[in-house]
Amino acid sequence: MEHKNWLGFNKGVWQDEINVRDFIQQNYSAYTGDESFLCKATERTDNMMKKLQALFALERQFGGVLDIDTVTVSSLTSYSPGYVDKDNEIIVGLQTNRPLKRGVNPFGGIRMARQACQAYGYKLSEKVEDEFNYRTTHNDGVFRAYTDEMRLARKSHIITGLPDAYGRGRIIGDYRRVALYGINKLIEEKTKDKKTLAMGNFNTEQIRLDEELYQQIAFLGKLKEMAAMYGFDISEPASNAREAVQWTYFAYLGAIKEQNGAAMSLGRVSTFFDIYFERDIANGTLTEEGAQEIMDDFVMKLRLARHLRTPEYNELFGGDPMWITEALGGMGEDGRTLVTKSTFRMLNTLYTLGSSPEPNLTVLWSNSLPEGFKRYCAKVSVDTDSIQYENDDIMRPVYGDDYAIACCVSAMKVGKQMQFFGARCNLAKLLLLAINGGYDTTSGIHLGPQMPVMDGDKLDITQVEKRFSVYMEWLAALYVNTMNVIHYMHDKYAYEKTQMALHDTKVGRFMAFGIAGLSVVTDSLSAIKYACVRPVKDEHGFIVDFETTGDFPKYGNDDDAVDLIARDVTHQFITELRKTPTYRHAEHTLSVLTITSNVMYGKHTAATPDGRKACAPFAPGANPMHNREENGALASLNSVAKISYDDCRDGVSNTFSITPEALGKEKTERIINLVTILDGYFAKKAHHININVLNRETLMDAYENPEKYPNLTIRVSGYAVNFNKLSREQQREVISRTFHEAI
Amino acid sequence: MSDCVLKGQIHSIQTLGTVDGPGVRFVVFLQGCPLRCKCCHNPDTWELNGNYEYTAEEIVKKCVRYKEYFGIDGGITLSGGEPLLQARFAKEVFSLCKKEGINTCLDTSGIILNEDTKELLEVTDLVLLDIKYTTDELYKENVGCSIHPVLRFLDYLQEKEIPVWLRQVIIPTINDNNENITELKRIADTHPCVKKTELLPFKKICQTKYDSMNIPFPFSHIPTPTAEQMKKLRTGNGCW
Repeated sequence: MEHKNWLGFNKGVWQDEINVRDFIQQNYSAYTGDESFLCKATERTDNMMKKLQALFALERQFGGVLDIDTVTVSSLTSYSPGYVDKDNEIIVGLQTNRPLKRGVNPFGGIRMARQACQAYGYKLSEKVEDEFNYRTTHNDGVFRAYTDEMRLARKSHIITGLPDAYGRGRIIGDYRRVALYGINKLIEEKTKDKKTLAMGNFNTEQIRLDEELYQQIAFLGKLKEMAAMYGFDISEPASNAREAVQWTYFAYLGAIKEQNGAAMSLGRVSTFFDIYFERDIANGTLTEEGAQEIMDDFVMKLRLARHLRTPEYNELFGGDPMWITEALGGMGEDGRTLVTKSTFRMLNTLYTLGSSPEPNLTVLWSNSLPEGFKRYCAKVSVDTDSIQYENDDIMRPVYGDDYAIACCVSAMKVGKQMQFFGARCNLAKLLLLAINGGYDTTSGIHLGPQMPVMDGDKLDITQVEKRFSVYMEWLAALYVNTMNVIHYMHDKYAYEKTQMALHDTKVGRFMAFGIAGLSVVTDSLSAIKYACVRPVKDEHGFIVDFETTGDFPKYGNDDDAVDLIARDVTHQFITELRKTPTYRHAEHTLSVLTITSNVMYGKHTAATPDGRKACAPFAPGANPMHNREENGALASLNSVAKISYDDCRDGVSNTFSITPEALGKEKTERIINLVTILDGYFAKKAHHININVLNRETLMDAYENPEKYPNLTIRVSGYAVNFNKLSREQQREVISRTFHEAI
Repeated sequence: MSDCVLKGQIHSIQTLGTVDGPGVRFVVFLQGCPLRCKCCHNPDTWELNGNYEYTAEEIVKKCVRYKEYFGIDGGITLSGGEPLLQARFAKEVFSLCKKEGINTCLDTSGIILNEDTKELLEVTDLVLLDIKYTTDELYKENVGCSIHPVLRFLDYLQEKEIPVWLRQVIIPTINDNNENITELKRIADTHPCVKKTELLPFKKICQTKYDSMNIPFPFSHIPTPTAEQMKKLRTGNGCW
């Protein structure tokens, strides 16, 4: 197939089938230079950004939410077009009719929408309440099917944060398809798929898929309508760079109007855009300054994206994040780098527009990346603390070279794979539950296999491990079944029509499980193994505390004696999970990631044998516990790197904070050193790292004087936040973390 | 047999060192120092008995785990205390590192030049020579020894053409003057083996160490230099 808007592009199979990867491979120009070609913000961009800053300030003054439309249910076409400054915008489109006004999206659950309105002084309108009186939400469905045991597991916080009352997210539509092919072609292909399906045998799975295809096609139509409201016809392929970015953004906008999923990630668009930028620059219709302006305006729109959340939700996912994750760089399967000038342009928005947590810029690091790009990334980290790094060299063999990251660390092939998000279970709490024979001392709930409390005045490692295995087996089965209920209902009542329309019809699925408290469990088992741990019982005979005497190896010091415990625990748990079949034959995966919920998980967990006090926060993600590292930063990195990515395919998150002085004496040195640290860490097959280069004093000052730091961005656990948007408790926890300092 | 294996007295290990030599370095702080500099920021390394005892092999085995992080410039640094007090051990460490292709760097006051030191220097890629002052008077007053052994040490490095970074801590009211820097520059210029001269600001975070050890910090009354002061001394003098 040929199209006039494809003039100048190299031919390939992408013309005859939906295949964005092939289009990229046939047409992109790798860039191996440095950042010297980049332009500064134009006056227009500066003025527009000033408007945004004023809006953000106003939003802060209003307690975090500027406005809520309580009458209109969010969907693709339910709001009239909204603008920041219509005459000066290059890329247009807002979620509602005004910037930062949040819509309500009760499809996940009406209660959540109602409570969120209340929390900010609004009342969900009678109209919406009435409408949803006669409608089953995802939340309704889940609670109809939950078993008593599932409810108890939830109530006791052994499994928490499950997407049973909100949109599951973590699905990345291949938004680029709209720009490359136009909506008509996409509808045509989906219609073909539907016809093919009709020729087969209609069983449950096929009937479900058939109905889904109907919805996908309908919503592709709505997407076209939505764009038309803004005066654009997106039926046909984009004809230039501005249109390519606009079309892609419309597709993303449609997704976030329809869904309020926890993480609504963008995918991998920069190198795709670059092909259009380069074509326009070559034919003289675009300058470097113009290209940066388009990128800047696009990113400004992303920075305006919001969802309406409850305060309880923010306890899990602090800082009002959307996880508009954009994967940058990486290498191609043919050995060429996928870094282009637009990869730089995207990172450059942290300078042209200032630092910001969104979009969640994620560099896919490979030892083979061009040196100029590596150094630029390190410079951006040193200057802004706004980017994270993930190991392309271990992901590419699994997902190929056109994968992206959903949320923080979840890799998937763009448009070909999706995941069923499953939050996480609390393994530290499970260990205590095992020791107490199925009684949770913090919630007072009996659950799991019922056995006597462990006896003896000293805990014995062999017995504890045996017990722990029994409870892991129990929890793993329960966890998988709980997830099956949730995702069955989500597909039934809150199916992601727009996003799934931008996937292949035959899609690969992951079911992503997670664990919290890995470092607590690891150090606790190490204490029981190498030191003397005496249980302390309450008047009912339950173990509520521990007296630990003697020293024991602690995770975070590159000591195999303890680090391998962490590796074994994750291996054992994923092995147990795999024993229970999943909904829609999804592949089981596991993450060691906590978002900001490590504070909340700690709050619901009694004292642990490693010496952690009751209610004290866990370390985030796969991080070693705070201040237990004695051999410096690289030892800590090596410990985390030992957790196997094969066991934890949904990601192993590590948040690393270092003072500028500890990275080197002056800036150039710091940049070069950070590059070699990243090279070293990823050569060890580690998966992910957040880099913060800052002083604890800065954070303490920001804690006391928030007004002085309106834009202070820090990386927390797989994402970045504006420090001021964290709760006081979360802020204190961030301050108490280990900062690697120079001595 | 095991009794004969030479063990090093180790104060601590810092796996990420970026301020003691080029690039990212695995820094081993050896225990024991014959000097008692009034500006010393590691009084806890004076005594000869360390927190840990390791053989050279054990140290290098640890160090090798960080090879991936060293890049082109990084490697191992032996610091202290005064590593020359354990020169034979240090030599074993460096020899094993050389076999592993790890760059070796010695952070020393240059106070001992004997056969052991000379053997150690044969397997040393870079010396960070901590020249505390430029006059014999200041040395005698604030270090408790003469400057001459240090200068002889530097002459020896020149003779053997071993690359050196000269380092000096700038202490306000004592050596924060142009005469001192001029003299330092002269010493550097007359020894082509000196590749870089680093001026380090005097710091007082060690005060807590002195307090916990219940000994007075002789320079507790001296202010730390400002960033501007440091910049002024560095620029125009070819110092870092």
